[in-house]
Amino acid sequence: MMNTIQLKIDNKELEVPKGTTILDAAKRNGIHIPTLCHMKLHDMNIENKPGGCRVCVVDVKGRRNLAPACVTEAENGMEIDTHSMRVINARRTLTELIISDHPFECLTCAKSGNCELQQLAHDMGIREIHFEGDKSTYRKDTSPAIIRDPDKCIMCRRCEMMCNKIQTVGVLSAINRGFMAVVSPPFEENLDHSVCTYCGQCVAVCPTGALTEVDHTPAVIRALSDPTKTVIVQTAPAVRAALGEEFGLEPGTLVTGKMAAALRRLGFHFVFDTDFAADLTIMEEGTELLDRLQRHLNGDQTVKLPILTSCCPAWVKFFEHQFPTMIDIPSSAKSPQQMFGAIAKTYFAQKQNINRNDLVVVSIMPCLAKKYECSREEFSHDGNPDVDFALSTRELAALIKLANIDFHALPDEDFDHPLGESTGAGVIFGTTGGVIEAAVRTAYELQTGKTLQRINFEELRGMEGIRDATIDFDGLPIRIGIAHGLGNARQLLEDIKSGKSHYHAIEIMSCPGGCIGGGGQPYHHSNSEILKARQKALYSEDEAKTLRKSHENPYIIKLYEEFLGKPMSHKAHQLLHTGYFDRSTTFVEED
Amino acid sequence: MADYKMHILVCGGTGCRASQAEQIVKNFKQELAQKSLDKEIKVVTTGCFGFCEKGPVVKIIPDNTFYTQVTPQDVTDIVEEHFIKGRPLKRLLYHNPKNEFSVTSAKNIDFYKKQVRIALRNCGFINPENIEEYIARDGYAALGMALTEMTPEQAIQLVKDSGLRGRGGGGFPTGLKWEITRKVQNSQKYVVCNADEGDPGAFMDRSILEGDPHSIIEAMAICGYCIGASNGLVYIRAEYPLAIHRLKIALNQAKEYGLLGKDIMGTGFNFDIEIRYGAGAFVCGEETALIHSMEGSRGEPTFKPPFPSVSGYQGKPTNVNNVETFANIPVIFNKGAEWFNKIGTEKSRGTKVFALAGKVNNVGLIEVPMGTTLREVIFDIGGGIRGGKRFKAVQTGGPSGGCLTEKHLDTPIDYDNLILAGSMMGSGGMIVMDEDDCMVSIAKFYLEFTLDESCGKCTPCRIGNKRLFELLEKITQGKGTMQDLDRLRMLSNVIKDTSLCGLGQTSPNPVLSTLDNFYHEYVAHVNSKTCPAGQCKALLKYEVDAEMCTGCTLCFRNCPVGAITGEKKMPHYINQSLCIKCGVCYDKCKFKAISIV
Amino acid sequence: MPKIKLSEYATTTIKEVCASFNHNEGELINVLHQVQHKLGYLPAEVQELVAIELNIPVAKVYGVVTFYSFFTMLPQGENPISVCMGTACYVRGAEQVLDEFRRQLKIDVGETSADGKFSLNALRCVGACGLAPVVMVGDRVHGRVSPSDVKKILAECKDGCLTHN
Repeated sequence: MMNTIQLKIDNKELEVPKGTTILDAAKRNGIHIPTLCHMKLHDMNIENKPGGCRVCVVDVKGRRNLAPACVTEAENGMEIDTHSMRVINARRTLTELIISDHPFECLTCAKSGNCELQQLAHDMGIREIHFEGDKSTYRKDTSPAIIRDPDKCIMCRRCEMMCNKIQTVGVLSAINRGFMAVVSPPFEENLDHSVCTYCGQCVAVCPTGALTEVDHTPAVIRALSDPTKTVIVQTAPAVRAALGEEFGLEPGTLVTGKMAAALRRLGFHFVFDTDFAADLTIMEEGTELLDRLQRHLNGDQTVKLPILTSCCPAWVKFFEHQFPTMIDIPSSAKSPQQMFGAIAKTYFAQKQNINRNDLVVVSIMPCLAKKYECSREEFSHDGNPDVDFALSTRELAALIKLANIDFHALPDEDFDHPLGESTGAGVIFGTTGGVIEAAVRTAYELQTGKTLQRINFEELRGMEGIRDATIDFDGLPIRIGIAHGLGNARQLLEDIKSGKSHYHAIEIMSCPGGCIGGGGQPYHHSNSEILKARQKALYSEDEAKTLRKSHENPYIIKLYEEFLGKPMSHKAHQLLHTGYFDRSTTFVEED
Repeated sequence: MADYKMHILVCGGTGCRASQAEQIVKNFKQELAQKSLDKEIKVVTTGCFGFCEKGPVVKIIPDNTFYTQVTPQDVTDIVEEHFIKGRPLKRLLYHNPKNEFSVTSAKNIDFYKKQVRIALRNCGFINPENIEEYIARDGYAALGMALTEMTPEQAIQLVKDSGLRGRGGGGFPTGLKWEITRKVQNSQKYVVCNADEGDPGAFMDRSILEGDPHSIIEAMAICGYCIGASNGLVYIRAEYPLAIHRLKIALNQAKEYGLLGKDIMGTGFNFDIEIRYGAGAFVCGEETALIHSMEGSRGEPTFKPPFPSVSGYQGKPTNVNNVETFANIPVIFNKGAEWFNKIGTEKSRGTKVFALAGKVNNVGLIEVPMGTTLREVIFDIGGGIRGGKRFKAVQTGGPSGGCLTEKHLDTPIDYDNLILAGSMMGSGGMIVMDEDDCMVSIAKFYLEFTLDESCGKCTPCRIGNKRLFELLEKITQGKGTMQDLDRLRMLSNVIKDTSLCGLGQTSPNPVLSTLDNFYHEYVAHVNSKTCPAGQCKALLKYEVDAEMCTGCTLCFRNCPVGAITGEKKMPHYINQSLCIKCGVCYDKCKFKAISIV
Repeated sequence: MPKIKLSEYATTTIKEVCASFNHNEGELINVLHQVQHKLGYLPAEVQELVAIELNIPVAKVYGVVTFYSFFTMLPQGENPISVCMGTACYVRGAEQVLDEFRRQLKIDVGETSADGKFSLNALRCVGACGLAPVVMVGDRVHGRVSPSDVKKILAECKDGCLTHN
């Protein structure tokens, strides 16, 4: 059996495993063949290779046509030229063709500087577009979180793949054919008319500016310059592990302290941490889990198990649309962002003696669905939302740059009190497996009354799409499931529906990798190493903390003492819990 | 057929039906009944005779008398003359345009003389809705032989020995394809018949399905036996209602006769066929696109490998052949590989069906041995150019093919020669053009087709063809530059070189072949802003030659926009600002008083 | 897009068609064929119900409907006119015939006249190349059509020749 093959690329003799594509064979040997539609997140089972853009074509000796390197398997004895005149001419022509059907708006495009087409044009040395003619144009669509500008769609199909194959949401599909082919929601309607969850994975992978987030920075700047407003900010756990990338730092560099400093310099009156609310979430969700578990053990047939986490707004919208009969299974606990908002606009506002209408809560999120979450009606009080604006990690970076702040020169600063204190449990909320690990740490101690011998639950960590583990709660085996990516979540839900699932608790995050891979994070440009580095960073911040269990957070304890009473109290229910809606109603009316 | 003395065969192909063939059949039956001849003479609706130019066509057997352009009103006369008086009705006989003699027997008509009918063997001879008639002409004998006397390997060897190559365009050896699919291990395999004939100007697959559907069913069953499949699918254009109708009848009859279904002919072999409909997408002729379409998705091609023979319909090994390829199979079994081998050229065995259309006298469906020259096809079978005009080009291979000229007329037609000449076999469309056809417009016409039919998946086809089209439009509007001609060629080559599927890889062929063979016409459009054929509207003007004009008012009366003015018996005048350049006046004028300048 | 309410007939038809194909998503194209055949066209609401019945995203249904030229989301005119633009017809002047229809009906290809009487389409080869150029009005084939015949064809339609055909 021959498991390797020999071939020549650009006169270099190579040996690669059988089944390797020309693209990978070249890459392993330091030859970078440009690509555009192709995208692969290694080890995460996410790959897009329609072979459509044709930018990666190479010259294979003996073949009639040029071969696309991303889909052509390397064969024994192949001789490949990746930069012959013929190849360069074809590649440049293809790039020019794409640009000829693309708006010339680079200077004002939201994706400028991060655009893979722009980069390609730069690398190809395109100075002139030799083809002019009609451009395919479509209606622009603005939703609460995502802006679609289909004029900039280059039909790479990455978003379609994410939306259908990975997330199984099924909002985006290629429509029309030929020159007018484009990726679109059904009937070219707006995303907010669809079952879109705003997970933002389409935005995360779009190579151009066809899919971007709604920009809330102008509104935040306006609030910051309004002397009548107190503006406070909360930052989600995954942001600190990624923000540095926007300033050229190595992926995985933790910038918690610099981030706090930057926010303070931007003029936020209080710089708080969503991690605090994450700890609070664990108190409520963990208590709810134990409550359901206890009732189950007592033989209550009506109790719903497994309990599903509810921190992720895209996941919430997903099950509201797709599994409306199961909306009583997820925990009723609000997400940390909304718990923070609710506490800020009650407890904190009262403490500071500020009218809630004069308090502006801004959140910095790795997520686009959080923008949508703030806009949900049940998270408002008399028209005043608990969280006013959610900025993505990318938007925060833009704001910092706009304010002429030299990020690198910033000192490390701490969060403010009382809503800035958090434990390590809150920090790991940002990665797949983190929420459930945090919950286990607390639930274990509350259930058993014993102190955990080891705090790290390695069995809950990792990057596989669906994982499970059984945790021994002092003789009581607790079965835990974890899914990230909505397609994986769907599979777990189907199992629950069919009665195949035997879990007690399931953690679900919409984005591959969890919030570290959120749709609002710095673009990973198909490099899964970046996601892994962010994950590692969060675990290391957890390790570095003295307090690593949510119920040990002194400010959480104080919050219950001063304000909420105990977890799942009446007040806690009012402020920290919510309900879900059946959104399956279609437009078809039946008689 | 034994009880009847004579048969009246009425062509029931789509073309003839459009000209009231059904009414003709009705009238015949009525007339024969009235004259009490209905016990002796049977009226049969057959598939296409091929001679569409002269349709509706009626043939009387056994004497083989061939009546052309028959109308329902002619029926009484035919019955009176032919059957009662016993002499052919002269006025409806085919007139040889070369000597103005009328020809009685079909065999003596030039259109049929050089044809060798294998795939079309039953078209126009049998009632396609009656399985007995197919069986009477050796139908299902091949299947019986394969199932009872041959192993699948032997049967595949026979197909390989015959040298049959795919008739859908690519020309891949059929036996080899079967062998590859056979060798892939899988308990579930599929046989697919590609009947998504989308080539504008080609209708052989439709005619075969309409005229001889059982030959396809039989061949698919043989293929199933060979590759180890028990399921067959026919992917057929929804625009072919008659073909679908007849195929359905044939499938039911085959099932009734135990020629489809379980335990066929008691051999233990199971095979069934389902129909899947196309929905108007030319690209679905490409096998991977076809398979996606059959699975209920957008018909977008995917990169090969994996080939369908390894992973096709539902991810299972799938053998896809087109209709005409299958139509050859039963004959090869019945007559042997050696017999088949003797027909055609060394590398292209057998015959090829062409849809001959355009500016020839005899438009229709023809089948000739591979190696026949274009001259024989166009001038002998096709009867030369219509209206005594000059031959200019022949376009073969549809939108994927190219335009061949005078210098190619003596090239023997086969897969390889056509490619060498810059065109291709394609599915067998053959459009003849005369001096009035502008080759830049023709290239534009084909590009427009490709644009409409491109799936949009890959850049070169989606955007490249659009830009090609725009360049051609610019040129036909007299706005082109010499640089545009270079750009046309360069872009064409890149599109060929980089497109994902056969549609894109061949779409620039009409441009490249016209650039090669009619460069001067392009140059005329660019440099002197004229269209030598007088086709490009933006470059031409209709004017009345006052000296020639007799003031007959014919042009005035026919102008659809009222752009022509003039008194009776006085020279007329065309108002250029109103003229839409439709050319009606030019066509109508009997005195050649209208000129294109 | 304004929402229309599906009639009970339409709802039942769609459900029946989907059921007859065992709600198998692989049969989407066959389902759409039958539904269009029975309802005349495939508006958004119809596609939504098809999606539900086949348990697939409506985006996929719409992607398929917009891919294939046979499917239409607009109601067709009483007299659907199709001009064959196959090559054989093209070289014998089909474009001029199409232009004349455009001019007389004041609609473009793919459109329906305001009074709902006519819709105009170009199609690719009906296989009646011997009769080129060919125009189809409904199922009726007109052969060897010249631009000057257009008026007559339209007048025939208005006289209701289609109704007793």
